[in-house]
Amino acid sequence: MSVSTERTISVTVNGVSRETTVPVRRLLSDALRHDLQLTGTHVGCEHGVCGACTVLVDGTPVRSCLVLAVQVDGKAVTTVEGLARDDGRGGEVLHPVQEAFRECHALQCGFCTPGFLMTMAAGLEARDRTTDITEDEVDEIVGGNLCRCTGYANIKKACRHAAGLMKDGDGA
Amino acid sequence: MKPAPFGYADPTSLSEALTVLQSEGEGAKVMAGGQSLLPLLSMRLASPTTLVDINRVPDLDVVAVSDDGVRVGALVRHATLLHHAGAAAVQPLLARATANVAHPAIRNRGTTVGSIAHADPSGEMTSVLALTGGSVTVATPEGSSAVDWADFFVGPLETSVHGPAVVTEAFFPALPARTGTAFEEVSRRKGDYAVCGAGVTVTLDESSRVVSARASYISVGLVPEVHDLTEAVSGRTVDEADWSAAGDLARTLVDPDGDLHASADYRRLLVGVLTERTLARAAQEAQNR
Repeated sequence: MSVSTERTISVTVNGVSRETTVPVRRLLSDALRHDLQLTGTHVGCEHGVCGACTVLVDGTPVRSCLVLAVQVDGKAVTTVEGLARDDGRGGEVLHPVQEAFRECHALQCGFCTPGFLMTMAAGLEARDRTTDITEDEVDEIVGGNLCRCTGYANIKKACRHAAGLMKDGDGA
Repeated sequence: MKPAPFGYADPTSLSEALTVLQSEGEGAKVMAGGQSLLPLLSMRLASPTTLVDINRVPDLDVVAVSDDGVRVGALVRHATLLHHAGAAAVQPLLARATANVAHPAIRNRGTTVGSIAHADPSGEMTSVLALTGGSVTVATPEGSSAVDWADFFVGPLETSVHGPAVVTEAFFPALPARTGTAFEEVSRRKGDYAVCGAGVTVTLDESSRVVSARASYISVGLVPEVHDLTEAVSGRTVDEADWSAAGDLARTLVDPDGDLHASADYRRLLVGVLTERTLARAAQEAQNR
């Protein structure tokens, strides 16, 4: 068993195969931003408290500051840059959670927004979409992310709105 | 806020993991979910020379449910255990406690066994292992052995396991008949570390009289402990029992520390309040089991 200090990893990021060589101590958050130039993922606390750096690994939301880049070798990562869908005419269609954030004015400075969007998109896609969302569900979905501007009221409103947009298989 | 340099190995078998742990010596550290370890590394509170990532070791992601209890492999994520109906049927505290472990994104990655091996007094699953009378399986180059919870936890972030070893699973015994459970925490923000938490079991006899009431607390004391509160409510029916007396007794048994978020006195008060509430709920549940 070899112990390495540097590795070349292959990752599918937002549907695109990427290869990069990283020191093994590189956090996934830094690999996305520095090595792959995907700066949509924001880095707040760097110890798993704020949720700003949340991305999807194989479809599951995780804190990218609490995962090493070498650990996603061979996996699929989705960042906020990959949330909107191709509209087939050379443009993009916002994901329902992005649409809901715009509609409900759920961001101010925008620093925490990528993390909220990724967490919320995964949370809303995983729930039973035939039912109306409950306040407990909303709290569970947004509870792990910090926002210092909004006071959360509009973020929770956006979560309810997006749940409505995604009901019965609408949206993403 | 970046980890200090380290070497990294991701073995594909348990024996390979033990070999590399042995050859790398004292500075080597096992990583499973990494949700407690990576913050320690980033804050440079820990700087292992080698990280041995066990995520590629096969067969460690298994939840095995039997009438005796639930065996949880070292790579089972909190989220998996939280949604495992079979495990919850045999030992309801597993789902009840994992629901209180951090946030969904952390639970998707963090492992139950890793959090036990981390031995943080504010961890939920260390207390559940104690309350259920569980054990862990420790693999070393010499072989595997079971270690009872009481012999495993030595101090905050410290266990009795030293040298090249991997905690490969935790065993949570099944809930006995006529027994109910409850779990509740007070935290500053949903999903944060508990200021204080309580897990309890109440066992009744055939005429619904209390024969056992036990509790284990989160963020109280240096290592998980189980407190027997039976004497405060013994022989009473569920409706007669004075759960606040059990709460009063609990307050005299614990020795919490104060910190920035709560004084020792406030934690002791919470122990009483949570004990009273959770015991009452557990007793109601015990009547229906």
